[in-house]
Amino acid sequence: MRLRPRRPRRHQLEADACAQALVDALGPDKVKLGGASRYLAARDASVYRDGAAGPLCYPESADDVATCVRIAAEHGRAVVPRGAGTGLAGGTVPLGNPVVVATTRMNRILEVDVDDAVAWVEPGVINLDLTRHLQPLGYHFAPDPSSQQVCTIGGNVANNSGGPHCLAYGVTSAHVVALDVVLPSGDQVRLGGVEPRTPGYDLRGAFVGSEGLLGIATRVAVRITPNPPAVATLLLSFADVNDAAATVGAIIADGMVPAALEMMDKRIIEAVEAHVHAGYPLDAAAVLLVEVDGLAGGVAADAARIGELGRAHGATNVREAADEAERALLWKGRKGAFGAIAVIEPDYYLHDTVVPRRALVDVLAQIYEIAERHDVIVLNVFHAGDGNLHPLLVFDGRVPGTMERVHAAGREIIEASLAAGGVLSGEHGIGVEKRDFMSLQFSDDDLDAQARLKAAFDPRCLANPGKVIPSSHSCADIQSLRRVPDGVWG
Amino acid sequence: MSDPVEEFAATVGDTDPVVVRGAGTRWQVGGSPVAEAREVQAPAGIVEYAPEEMTVTVRAGTPISELHAELGAHGQRTNLDDEAGTVGGSLAVGRDTVHRRGRGLARDVLLQARYVSAEGRVIVAGGPTVKNVTGFDLCRLLVGSLGTLGLMAEVILRTRPVPATRRWLAADGVDPHIGRGARTASAVLWDGATTWVHLEGHGVDVDADARGLDQFHEVAGPPPLPRHRWSMRPSQIGAIDPAATGPFVAEIGVGTVHASEARPRPVVDDGVRRLTEVVKQQFDPTGRLNPGRDPLAA
Repeated sequence: MRLRPRRPRRHQLEADACAQALVDALGPDKVKLGGASRYLAARDASVYRDGAAGPLCYPESADDVATCVRIAAEHGRAVVPRGAGTGLAGGTVPLGNPVVVATTRMNRILEVDVDDAVAWVEPGVINLDLTRHLQPLGYHFAPDPSSQQVCTIGGNVANNSGGPHCLAYGVTSAHVVALDVVLPSGDQVRLGGVEPRTPGYDLRGAFVGSEGLLGIATRVAVRITPNPPAVATLLLSFADVNDAAATVGAIIADGMVPAALEMMDKRIIEAVEAHVHAGYPLDAAAVLLVEVDGLAGGVAADAARIGELGRAHGATNVREAADEAERALLWKGRKGAFGAIAVIEPDYYLHDTVVPRRALVDVLAQIYEIAERHDVIVLNVFHAGDGNLHPLLVFDGRVPGTMERVHAAGREIIEASLAAGGVLSGEHGIGVEKRDFMSLQFSDDDLDAQARLKAAFDPRCLANPGKVIPSSHSCADIQSLRRVPDGVWG
Repeated sequence: MSDPVEEFAATVGDTDPVVVRGAGTRWQVGGSPVAEAREVQAPAGIVEYAPEEMTVTVRAGTPISELHAELGAHGQRTNLDDEAGTVGGSLAVGRDTVHRRGRGLARDVLLQARYVSAEGRVIVAGGPTVKNVTGFDLCRLLVGSLGTLGLMAEVILRTRPVPATRRWLAADGVDPHIGRGARTASAVLWDGATTWVHLEGHGVDVDADARGLDQFHEVAGPPPLPRHRWSMRPSQIGAIDPAATGPFVAEIGVGTVHASEARPRPVVDDGVRRLTEVVKQQFDPTGRLNPGRDPLAA
């Protein structure tokens, strides 16, 4: 059922005591009450269009963030943090006119310490900007989501983001050593540390991936990773999707963990070629994009072995990028895949389940069948090495009845993934999108345990309410989010 | 047949104070368990191992030696320490091996835990796949918690390939940071005079790195590690005060210092202390799980 967001007008917000207190404390430059900016803050890259933002704050320091959170708490108002808004699960979609805290102005790289192999950054720093900054030093930030040109480190922390290269290097949690956070009470605390062991529970680990439900990170210490001296990038073509999937299993079973192991099916290959001209084979049913890195000798040996395994499993062609330009082009095809689908239909819905690698062939077959039955086009481009599927449903949302078919197909894909021993989300998070699917994966007792962590950090349930935890287990029932905040409506 | 995890939950119950005993190799970490608490033991045994998934399902009471013998037969291992006793104990203490720089952290090895809550219920945290962001990451919270939030009964762990070639090298009187230049170095140790480097990986890569470390010679293994652990920023290793630590072995690039003398009690930030207390209060309101063990003192 659709929520009906009612967006207050500027003059109504000006009469709102919380909004006024924010303006008084931070100044009009840092608090936007106008409809246009709040309209943009009401959505992210997900299909959800039902958000409604209250006052939109642009803090420039940790103290500013603490001020926002404290004032909101004093007025009993919820707070929703926001990075670049590239989230795909509706994690930053504001429900019920909360205070929105956008971290985009907190975009400074504060310190890079090569001896500690750590960089301290503000949450609004763009993922790729950090890697570019580290490049002259011979380092990079390993998590590389496809949105890395625009997504922020703060958003990566909130979603525990992955990316193609997390197969070998690990997801964001493995690269965050410490966090300065503003708790939902407005208090500031440092979780974790640059030293290898800090006393107490791994609260840093509990915070990463908490989708803004435990507080807002204001400074992040990330591990910086030395650039590999040698890299080989291979494109393996297959006449049969099953052969490609079998090759994935064979590579892992052979004792190799490539830096990246990506798969794309025929439809996405065609879309990418039309858009990017990456040189992908148009006659292939599927391709694997495999990257190995390290020292030259080992890289050469692994690349040769991967080629052998591919041919043994029916690869029709094995191509190794001859130089950096060709390598960049192959990756441009992969990372530009989602932009390329606009040539097919105007809208897309990207799913994000994980299945055991051995179930890839079976679940892929089910996904094609489900999409066909619901008359939805599906393209598959995904992180095959860790079983992270990204079925991409493309459609024209203007056609009546389409959204219903898209959601029905999506639900069946989720159910098929879970039935195969998989999980709801590999890297996009739960947000509002999968909140009500959580009970498919977790029992009531399991969800109760998660709600206890939430209660420890946020007993008043003011931090990004209505997300992740199903409403029956959450202190913030979704109904209350539809309640009109006092004083807003006049 | 009944599920050993459910049986364990029934044994733990929901009322009296309990301590979970593994092999007892790190029994004093974070304080001694109180004597009155009833001792329980987690079930043992490998439940499922799928080498091609690089995951293993194992009960918490399983000795790490037994687990690694099984994984080793398929050319794999986990990041848990061979020197530690049981899988559950090792996770509860959460200590890394000296190979942290090359192999990663103990806390990242846990994918899913079935644990027994303070209410005696079996709870699933995390998920069975190598990648998962479904809900809060309770697994990270459990690693290093000394069994004070829940008692791990059965876990799914990430495995990794055992490198083809492994070699310990040592040299006296060299700058210990020279070892960091070796990409295949999984561990670099330094006792103030001698530097040890462990290289692992492809034979050709290890050979290439070994050639670069021309002042080093091959040795049988690492030095014995003093029993206490200090923790400092990696860049501060040069400031170790041997008068305070006694004889030491430091992990270069990591910051763990294995010292002969006990570490001064760490200063804990008030905010961290408050959060620790409320987390404990939420998960174990009556304080019945492993009383006497304090993660803030670990």
